[in-house]
Amino acid sequence: MTTAVASAPAATTRGAGTSTRSRRRSAVWVGLLPFLAYVVIFLAVPAVLAVASGFFDSTGVFTFANLKALTSPQILNQFLASFGVSLVTAVIGAVVGAIICFALMGTKPDGVLRTVVDSASSVLAQFGGVMLAFAFIALIGTQGLLTQTLVHAGWAQNPLNHFGNNGTLLYQVPGLVIPYLYFQVPLMVLTFMPAMEGLKATWGEANATLGGTRFTYWTRIAMPILAPAFFGSVILLFANSFSSYATAAALISQGGIIPLAIKQATSSETVIGIANVAGVLALGMVIVMVILMSAYGLLQRRAARWQR
Amino acid sequence: MSAVAAAADPAGVIQPLTAGRPVRPGRTKPLRFGAEPSGVTRTIILVIAAILFLTPIVALIEFTLRVGQPVEGVQGYGPLHYVAIFDPKSSGAYQELFQGNGNSLIICVITVVIVLVLLLPTMLLVELRFPRWRRVLEFICIIPITIPTVVLVVGFVPVYSAVVGVFGSAPWTLAFAVGVIVLPYAYRPIASNMAALDLIVLSEAALSLGASWGSVLGRVILPNLRRGIFSASFITIAVVLGEYTIATFLSRNVFQTALVQLQRTDPYVGAIFAVFALVFAFVLLLIIGRIGSVGRNRKTP
Repeated sequence: MTTAVASAPAATTRGAGTSTRSRRRSAVWVGLLPFLAYVVIFLAVPAVLAVASGFFDSTGVFTFANLKALTSPQILNQFLASFGVSLVTAVIGAVVGAIICFALMGTKPDGVLRTVVDSASSVLAQFGGVMLAFAFIALIGTQGLLTQTLVHAGWAQNPLNHFGNNGTLLYQVPGLVIPYLYFQVPLMVLTFMPAMEGLKATWGEANATLGGTRFTYWTRIAMPILAPAFFGSVILLFANSFSSYATAAALISQGGIIPLAIKQATSSETVIGIANVAGVLALGMVIVMVILMSAYGLLQRRAARWQR
Repeated sequence: MSAVAAAADPAGVIQPLTAGRPVRPGRTKPLRFGAEPSGVTRTIILVIAAILFLTPIVALIEFTLRVGQPVEGVQGYGPLHYVAIFDPKSSGAYQELFQGNGNSLIICVITVVIVLVLLLPTMLLVELRFPRWRRVLEFICIIPITIPTVVLVVGFVPVYSAVVGVFGSAPWTLAFAVGVIVLPYAYRPIASNMAALDLIVLSEAALSLGASWGSVLGRVILPNLRRGIFSASFITIAVVLGEYTIATFLSRNVFQTALVQLQRTDPYVGAIFAVFALVFAFVLLLIIGRIGSVGRNRKTP
């Protein structure tokens, strides 16, 4: 840890230093405790409580009986709806985001264009939530700009205000796909851009000297190298959509996807006649997320090989 | 000239071996080998993306400017709803929003303090004294991404019934929960700033020159970490202002929950504040981006 010091007096002070350092190290441990305590109280305890609460009945006795909530058709349908929205937005978001990353290749990372794209992406990907929902109410809600334009153009019952005979598309689960894409595509740009930048110019030149075309460059070099990062990003996007709550809550007042079902379950105890459904749903979500994030970790490790 | 070449080599057998395409005189366009798109392709993609992403924002702004219902398909426009915000008569209607806004600002300050007083010293301590624990700390700070906020809040409900007993039920107590959500965002900029420096060498250099630990921290380490600390603080502010899930589950009034309430009674003013909030977050992150790139330029002369 320390560099060798040649002179004798320095060596003696260094000897004294190590003894005080070892004594100090034992005291320095204390410095880690406040953060540790904070993380235990506000991260570990809530996480455990959330998942564990699913294993207790209304009188506080341990039980596995609540888990049958996961097999009730009402809950299963909401899980399926969550998976559906997540899958569609993850795939479309990943493809569109990758195309935007492609367009940004070769631009200066410190340039104005990239800083603006990065900042806009962060705003939409991470902090949009409720505001994004409002923007889409203004665009494709019942009184929205696009909806009203279509109505005035003579299309009184268009897919935006008359979707599946259930009224406005935006206030139904399939309609979530549109606003969700507005945070999925930016998240893709943020996560996939480093992988795209890992493509080295020399590989393109090597391909060209060997007589390859740009088509073979993409199919034989770039795509295989980018594949782990791309599928990793798809998983991350899936997880992101699966766990997001604010946008859906601002648009849909009843249930429909699992995060909304958790809210319903916490506000009215017995939705389907089983206690602590919120805990059971939380458990279900955590299991899905742990599987997704482990897969993401594996793919990231493969992708990292080419990013040095 | 190309006609001559074509006549001499009608089958096109003689071709340059080094490039993918023959270099024709008169074409100054550089050859592209790699992944870079041509300028035209780039412009087309980026313009389409910009239009698609700006449309909802434009619709939101259009919505805030609407006056009354459309008469025979013609919508009237004006700054009516903007003026109404500052009208003392209607200020009662926005009471809750201003209160929520105030609460969010207090939570912002406390959450930034949590990041600077709890997370930052721990990261420094781990970096300088317990480097083997770095992976553990990183893992802890990334957990809030794996466990969705909507799951954590189920656990926050019982935790907060205990917190209320200690600190009361004031809105600022939300900062403890928000601080956890912020961890991944705050950790990353500080960590990448630290990775670019060798803190151990820096601090030992300062110590060997006779500096106390206090001046090592205050005059060597913290100034070098300025960039990471600023970014972490700004991102924290943006996350707190955008936070909705925790506040609804714990029934506290913050900016976002008040916005949703207001949207139900007065959608126009709700939309105005949504535009403000989006622009504000964008500017915050733009500043972070500029801080980052300025630092990078300085690093690589």
